[in-house]
Amino acid sequence: MERRRITLPLTAELARTLHAGDQVLLTGTIYTSRDAGHARMCESLAKGEPLPFDPTDATIYYVGPAPAKPGQVIGSAGPTTSGRMDAYAPTMMSVGARGMIGKGARLPEVVEAMKKYSGVYFGAIGGAGALLARCIKKAELIAYEDLGAEALRKLYVEDMPLVVIIDCEGNNLYETGRENYLKAGNSYQN
Amino acid sequence: MREIQVSRITEEIERLCIEANEHLPEDVKCAIQSCRACEDGEIAKGVLDDIIMNYEIADKEQVPICQDTGMACVFLEIGQDVHLVGGNLTEAVDEGVRKGYQNGYLRKSVVKDPVRRGNTGDNTPAMLYTEIVPGENVRITVGPKGFGSENMSAIRMFKPSAGLQGIKDFILEVVETAGPNPCPPMVVGVGIGGTFDKCALLAKKALMRPLDQRNPDPFYADLETEMLQKINRLGIGPQGYGGRTTALGLNIETMPTHIAGMPCAVNISCHVTRHKTAVI
Repeated sequence: MERRRITLPLTAELARTLHAGDQVLLTGTIYTSRDAGHARMCESLAKGEPLPFDPTDATIYYVGPAPAKPGQVIGSAGPTTSGRMDAYAPTMMSVGARGMIGKGARLPEVVEAMKKYSGVYFGAIGGAGALLARCIKKAELIAYEDLGAEALRKLYVEDMPLVVIIDCEGNNLYETGRENYLKAGNSYQN
Repeated sequence: MREIQVSRITEEIERLCIEANEHLPEDVKCAIQSCRACEDGEIAKGVLDDIIMNYEIADKEQVPICQDTGMACVFLEIGQDVHLVGGNLTEAVDEGVRKGYQNGYLRKSVVKDPVRRGNTGDNTPAMLYTEIVPGENVRITVGPKGFGSENMSAIRMFKPSAGLQGIKDFILEVVETAGPNPCPPMVVGVGIGGTFDKCALLAKKALMRPLDQRNPDPFYADLETEMLQKINRLGIGPQGYGGRTTALGLNIETMPTHIAGMPCAVNISCHVTRHKTAVI
């Protein structure tokens, strides 16, 4: 299957053209955040304070990278389990963030928020941190430095290989991919 | 009596932490390659190709295979004729972890308190297990364990009447519940027997055994083969996108247990199941 090239920002128009099961190569600026970073961002929003970056049409990568070796832009940087960010994702989407990159199942309330705000959930290959780091051309620490690996970083990525897991209509590759495999009587036809 | 300086243990653990995180064991690579040959779905094949490319990059560039460089599980088998000198053994082990994670540019993923959190900054303490064995050598195994998969593990204290069927159903239930979260294709470590604590340790030790080595007891060897086939019929597939390869391997370790019980622990690991051993 061809991998479709897409360029950020992830506008609602672009989001609506993406469907569960699409393989894409993503280029543009994304932001990293995981457990502790999300907790802080949502605390800020609750107090009416601004976020460290403009969330409009933004894509957030759930990752805590390994430290960069000398000469590297960033260390290995694969996705962490997205479900731990489920408590925060609807709030992030409510202020404009649209794309999420991670791995693993999401709660129904996250999928509902994705339908409401035209969100897209992309899967990066969990455990492929060395490969994914190669797509990261620039990395800049922008906030929460004290959190170490969990600090907020602004990344510029080129041709990052991703799969649309859940699209803005709520179609879910985790459900359909498995169903298709089982329906084919273990002879997988895509 | 053979004297060994604890600083030797520190040096070996530093090296093993780095090498285990950069180089996937050959048995795991072989399992991934043979699963790739059997997949026919486009997405599943693409995922396995990327997983192979990923460990090749890690090998060549000497970078961590996965950014979750794990908690350092350290197993020491200490010969009873060894006298460890020159310092405190536990501190020597932690010093090895500290140096390995610092000098190897590995991620520091340990918090000092489970509830109040706060990163320790050096990935210590190690999860250390010591065992006294015959002989005058020290055998060290370092198995960095990531938590995407660790979080999907489970233990259950069965009644003996649940029988073999109870254990089979439980293994499938844990894998099914884990679904896409532990970065499938996974490796499944099963512990059966012992006490609550020993059972969990058996499951962890099962993950340290090469995937091409079956349990020496034919009963459990057959059970390993049967359960791996059953898991791979669930259809979860690479990364949960659907396909044949849900697990690369399944190892079972057992020990005697109480007349009233039949504990079973399932420790889930991912396609980056790492371990490296050295003997001093």
